Order: sequence, then C-alpha cells, then structure tokens
Amino acid sequence: MKINLTKITTYTIIIFIIGLFFIGLNKNNIYDTKYLIGKKIDSFNLNSLTSEKKISNLDLEKNKFTLINFWASWCGPCKDEHKYLLELKNQHNIKILGINFKDKKNNALDFLSTLGNPYYLIAKDKKGKSSVEFGIYGIPESILINSDLKILKKFVGPLNSSDVKEILKFTK
Amino acid sequence: MKKLFLLLLCTFFFNNSILSDEYNGRKLEIYKNLRCLVCQGQSIADSNSDFAQTLKLVVHDQIKKRKSNKEIYNFLISKYGDWIVYKPQVNKNNLLLWAIPYLVLLIGGIIIFILSKKRKYNGKN
Amino acid sequence: MLSNIGIALLILTLVCSASIINFALTDLKIKNNLVDVKLYYLSLFQSTFSILSFFTLVTGFVISDFSLINVFQNSHTTKPIFYKIAGTWGNHEGSLLLWINILVIFSYLFLIYNKQRNKVFRVYTLIAQNCLILGFLIFLLINSNPFSPLLPIPAQGLGLNPILQDPALAIHPPLLYIGFVGSSIYFSAAIASLLSEEKDKNFAKSIKAWVLLSWSFQTLGILVGSVWAYYELGWGGFWFWDPVENASLMPWFVMTALMHTLLVLEKRNTLYSWTIILCLLTFTLSVTGTFLVRSGILNSVHTFANDPSRGLYILSFLTIMILCSLIIFFKKNKKEILNFNLGSKETFILTNNWFMAFYLATVLIGTTYPIFLEVLTEAKISVGPPYYNIVIIPFLIPFLFLMATGPNTNWIKNKKKYFSFSFWILLLAISLNFIIFYVLKSHNILTNLIFISSIYLIIYSLFDFSNNLKKNSSLDLPRTISHLGFGLLVFFIGINHSFSVEEDFNLKIGEKKKIENYQIFFKDVKLENDINFKSIAGEFIVLDLKNNTQEILLPEIRIYNKPETLTYEAAIKTKLTADTYLTMSNISRSEYYNIKFQRKSFMIWIWISVLLISLGGFLRLFKKK
Repeated sequence: MKINLTKITTYTIIIFIIGLFFIGLNKNNIYDTKYLIGKKIDSFNLNSLTSEKKISNLDLEKNKFTLINFWASWCGPCKDEHKYLLELKNQHNIKILGINFKDKKNNALDFLSTLGNPYYLIAKDKKGKSSVEFGIYGIPESILINSDLKILKKFVGPLNSSDVKEILKFTK
Repeated sequence: MKKLFLLLLCTFFFNNSILSDEYNGRKLEIYKNLRCLVCQGQSIADSNSDFAQTLKLVVHDQIKKRKSNKEIYNFLISKYGDWIVYKPQVNKNNLLLWAIPYLVLLIGGIIIFILSKKRKYNGKN
Repeated sequence: MLSNIGIALLILTLVCSASIINFALTDLKIKNNLVDVKLYYLSLFQSTFSILSFFTLVTGFVISDFSLINVFQNSHTTKPIFYKIAGTWGNHEGSLLLWINILVIFSYLFLIYNKQRNKVFRVYTLIAQNCLILGFLIFLLINSNPFSPLLPIPAQGLGLNPILQDPALAIHPPLLYIGFVGSSIYFSAAIASLLSEEKDKNFAKSIKAWVLLSWSFQTLGILVGSVWAYYELGWGGFWFWDPVENASLMPWFVMTALMHTLLVLEKRNTLYSWTIILCLLTFTLSVTGTFLVRSGILNSVHTFANDPSRGLYILSFLTIMILCSLIIFFKKNKKEILNFNLGSKETFILTNNWFMAFYLATVLIGTTYPIFLEVLTEAKISVGPPYYNIVIIPFLIPFLFLMATGPNTNWIKNKKKYFSFSFWILLLAISLNFIIFYVLKSHNILTNLIFISSIYLIIYSLFDFSNNLKKNSSLDLPRTISHLGFGLLVFFIGINHSFSVEEDFNLKIGEKKKIENYQIFFKDVKLENDINFKSIAGEFIVLDLKNNTQEILLPEIRIYNKPETLTYEAAIKTKLTADTYLTMSNISRSEYYNIKFQRKSFMIWIWISVLLISLGGFLRLFKKK
C-alpha cells in the first residue's frame, strides 16, 4: 500500500505540473499595468509648458473625465495617434491633459502648431521623472480618469479607433 | 585545548563588521534589483534603455531624499507591480517559492538521518 | 537542391531509426548473446546520414544558399566564414539538428563500446535511444525543418545577430550538447537496465565513462556561455540566473550527483534505484530546460525566436518521456536493502546528493514559479539573482567544508589526529581570511564564512594534491583537482564580489570623474565605419592614482545594418590581478553618455577555476582508458 501511495502522489504531482505548463503556454508574456485600474492617481504638481503656472491633481478634479496623455515631438507613434486626440477634444465630457515628456519647448510647440492642439493644459516633464509617478514606461501612453481621480483605463502605445470608442463609452 | 578554542573564537570575531551603508553601494544594489520592463530580462543596472535611465534618476532622487530601500521598492511596486523587483516579496503568494527549497533540504536531511539510523541498527546486528 | 538533399538524408535517418527499433524488438526474442549484425549496420548508416545532413546544412551556410529559409533567416554573404559555419547551430532549427546528431552518434558509440555486456541491455538501450531520436526527428521534420525551401530565392540573407558572432558563443552549443544531450544515452541505458539483467555494479561500469564525458563537457559549456556573456553582453556580469542559464545548470547538478553516486554503486553495489532515478532525471531536465527556453513561456535575455507550437510539441514529448520512464521504473524496480557503514564515504556521497537536490530544487522552483503563479492567480512576479543568492550562498559554507572532509574518510584511522589536523587548517583559513580583510575592507559575517570555508577547501585540496603525487594515487588526483577548482571558484567569486569597484554615472566629452583611486577621463568620441556596422567609439583614459599607471579603454556603440541592431561593445582590459571594464551608451537627446565603469578583481581566475573543475573530469575519463 505504501508503494501505491508513492506512485499516486508522484503521478498526480507530475500531471498537475505538466498541466500548468500547458496552460502557461497559452498565456501571453507581455507586461501590462492592468492592475492599476481602479486605483487613484497620486497627487502631483507639474510645471506648465507654456506658462509659469503649476498644474496639479486639483485641476483635474474639476473635470468630469480627464485623459492624461504622455507625448513628445520626437516620438513617431505620437504623430499617429494625434488625430484621435483631436477627435476626443470635441467631446464635452472629457478634457485632455498633455504631459510633454523629455522634450524641448520649441519642438513641442512646433509639433502642436503643425498637427493641432488637443490639450486644454500642457505640463512638462523634462527629465521624465514624473512619468514614473503615473506608472508610465514608454510613450505614447494615456490614462483615463474620472473626477475622483480614479483610473478607468490605461492605454499603452498610440490610441487607435477602438480605443476611442472605448473612451466614448466610459465618458457617456 | 581550551586556549586554542579561545584563540579560534578571537580570530573569528576580529573578522566581522556590519555592512557599511555607503550611498554608492545602495544605489547599485537597488539598480540591480529592479527589472527593466521594456527589455528582455535585464536589470536597470545592465540596461541602456531610455526607461532604465529614467528609473535610475528617480531612484537616485529617492536615495537623496533618504528613503529606505524598502520604501523605494514599495513605491515602484505600487506603480509598476511586483514584476519590477527581482527579489520576490515574502507574502502569501510567494510562500511556496521561499519555503520549498528549505523543505527539500529538511526532508533530505531527515532521509539521510533515518538511513544512517537504520544502518547503525543493521551494523549492530 | 540542398533542400532536397537535406530532407532526403533526414528521412533516411528516420527510416534507419524506425528500422532499428523494429529489428531490435525482433532481436530481443532471439536468446543468444550476439546483437544482430543488422543493428550495427543500421546504426552506422544512421550516423552517416545524420552527419551528412548536418554537413549539408553547414554547406548551405558556407555558400550562402538562400533557397533554404534557415540560411536566409540567419546568415548573410558578408559574414566571416567562421561565423557562417557557427551560424548553422546558432538558430533553433540548426541547433535541433545538432541535437539529433549527438543523440545518433552517442547511440552508435554506446553500441560498439559495450560489446562485452548483456545483449538485452544493449538492445533495449538502442530501442530507447532511437525512440528519443525518432521523437526529435519527427519534431524537426514537421515543425522546425532547417531544410525548408524558400521560393523565390532571395539575393541576400537577413544576417546573424551580431552579439552571436563571437568565438565563445560559436563553440558554446556543441560543448553544451555533448553535455546535456549526451545524457540521453544513460537515460536510455537506465531504462534498458530496468528491463534487463544488467544492473548494479555492472550498470555503473557501463555508464561511468559517459557520465564523466557529459559532465566535463557540460561544465565547459556553461563556462563558455558565461565567458561570452561577460565579454559580449556588456554588463560586466557572468551569471544572471536567467532561465537559459538555469536550464543548463539544472542538469549539471544532477550529473554531479550521479557522478558521485556511481562511485558508491560501483564499489559497494548499492544505491541502484537512486542511480536510475538520477539517470532518468538528467535528460528529463535537459528536455525541460529546452522546453522552458524555446517555447516562449519565459522571458529571457538569451531567447531564440519564440513559437508556442514548438512549446506544445516539446511539452508533449516531455510528458510521454516522463510517463513512460515512470511506468517502467515503478513496474520493474525492486526494493533495495541498503547496507553500508555510518560515517563512511557513502554518507558523504549521500550528503553531496542532498546538497545537489537542494540546489536543484532552488533553481527549478525559482525558474518555474512565476509560470505557476501566473497560471493560478494572474499575479506576475520576477525571480532574479537576489532570490538565488540568498537561498544558495549560506549553504555553500557547510558544503565546502564537507567537500574537504568527505573524500578523506578512508584514512580516518586515527580520529584524534584527524581532528587536530582539520583544526589547524581551519585556523589557517581564518587567519588568511583575517589578513585579506585587514589589508582591504571588512565585510559581513556571511562573506567571511564563505571565504573561510573556501580557503579551507583549497588548503585541504592542496594537501591532498601533494599526497596524491607522493603516493602516486593517480585515481584520486582528478577528484582533488576538481574539488580544488570548486574551492577556488567560490573563493574568487567572493573576492570579485567584495573587492571590485563599480560605478554608474553620466559624463560629457572632456569631463573627468573620480571613483575611489581611479580617475576616468572621457577624452573623445570618434565615428567609424566598418564592413557591416557603423560605430561611435569612445576613448577613455583610466588613471590609477595609487600606482600612477593608466589604461586606455575604447568602448563602442555599434549600429549594424544586417540585421539592424544596436549593440554596446564593452572595453575590457584583462590582467591577472583584475579586469578593467567600461561600457558607454548614449542618452537620447542629450550630450551626456551613460558610463558604467568596473574594476573587477581577479576576474580571470574565475574562468581558470571552472577550467580546473572540468579538467578533473577529463583526467578521470582518460585514466580509465
């Protein structure tokens, strides 16, 4: 009987482990920050790109919904998503805060004058350190929050049309 | 014999001192424990990516603000998840991870002990 | 054309394998002690076809025949010839072909080198081994065919990743495969042993040379991989506990345990069941390692291009392999009576196995836990160097002490003399440790103990060494050399870790930086053009303020064109006392460069120690012949 117990235990453990491996094969390995959804963003205080004012989380509480968008003039995919940002600018529920990441002021302003300005406020993050406060690890990245500053959705990479549809659903 | 033992003890204790909390040592130690999220298996100490460089600045600032290692790790974990630290935290998720190697050691030790007891018995027979 | 030749040769090999299994099963029914001549010929043909198919692929690379997808994806006409050849096994499909060749060659060699043994044993080994060969051949032909044709034939290839164009990396797979793929032969032999009368002492004798061979090559393979990582990957480290590194280390632990257990099986005729388990475990871990690395299930710095279908096949093959070997083991294994003396060599060898099991469990759990956790709870964690170091290093200390004591238990006739001898060596070790830290810096208790235990092993081994030479006991010399090598390895890793200088900082051209007693001057940056890359070469002058000597280091940032890759070439100056290591990377949109400077004490001695460990294995192997 003792030997049988060893056999059963061994087979069970082996089959269990192999089963886990099979399931594991189907999981994707791409890192994402889905778990941030539902959390509140931390308080922040950034310099504006265009004036001497400071921009903080208190400003965002005034909006029903805010889309925080990290961008830069030197970033290719940022150009691609720009038209979607302009589309969202026209929605009355949502305001877009742009955070200019590791960029030069002149280049940033040129970018906006050429492609259009979807931002109601623009903050600057010259060294990129503030992006860490938002859990950003590359650009473009966008975070959708409500007036309680709770994160509703995170978008890694340039926005596309289905992302826009999703944002519109949230902000009805 | 006793004198020799005392001599041994003294020689031994001369060698020990507490690890010094040098700034530079801390900085590199933290860099090596943080994963570069956009790389294929490198710490921010080893990576040359943009993200690694940004993170290094942030850690540098936090050390200057006299934050402890634990506080820095907790801050980054709250932003980026557990995946960013190479040393897995000791919590209920990771209990087995930390426990199993020591369990194996314990069980192995017990087996050898039992075997040697058996042999001693057999030997006496 | 080459595509057809290659595929044809592979099919011929496959036909041989199937035939061998068929004729072998028939031959088992014939109760004599002569293996059917057909099996010899088929094995010979099988080896020939297999080797020819390999050379066909090599030819494809050398002449840059881009009608083969594999050559197209991994080669380029402007590559140097040495790397064209090495490119053959520097990719998934080609390395699998190398894998199959090792399986086939070892199968044949085992057949012809064991003529004096039990026929049933030899035939079952052949059958088991050929089942493995068949499994891999089918995988190769269906999923990962290196001879897949490509039409229309492109004019130029995509090239081989430049960080793989390194001599150390070129020989890394062959060395490693003779190691853990070679372990397949004693996996098959173990199954055969269970099914035949060739057990115990005789079984140990039949596989001993093969275990030694695979172990020695595995050690070298791991060494070469670390050397490559150190010189090429540009982080100054040589071991990162990355899944691919762990995949090669896990079989090594079991091989080491097996090698020691064989001593007991051979001399005392006991621990047979455990030996079988170890034999089965080694190759199982080899295939598991391959699965972990090539399926894409883990995130690693050394990944081949990942493909889940590969993972599916390898896992299925692994499952069948494990279940079959378990079923046979449980059915055929008889309970053993263990009888040997307490406090003797056998206990120490069991202790070695005990520690190896611990190290194996740690590395296995550390590598696979993130997968299990993510499947069960969706939580994503990382397990890296801090985990492995914290768990393993403290237990190296008793292990090193035991390594010194264990081999000498035979001559413990006079216990008092033995203890007093050990005591003086311990005292000497502690004193040396004290001197080291008085001269340089003090450190924590763990580091001290590591030094004491490794120095203890080193001194003991040196005593053993001189005794071995005096008594002319050539059989013990290899073991002494390997143990000495291991002691030196831990010692030099400790020294390297405790007494190296490392700093990470940003610098502009023309600026200086002082680190401890070194001054680094960032003199200049030049743009250079080479055949297949452009480079930004930095010039740094490192001034040693204590000795007033200077070194010029030239790290580079290289932009390769085929394929378009960015690499960072470290500037390394290797000397017996230390390596000076410098990497430079640019910071986007800034005049500053990020510099990593390291002065690594006694780095080269780490490599020499591992060479010594491996040397012991080879010496023991050739002593038998």
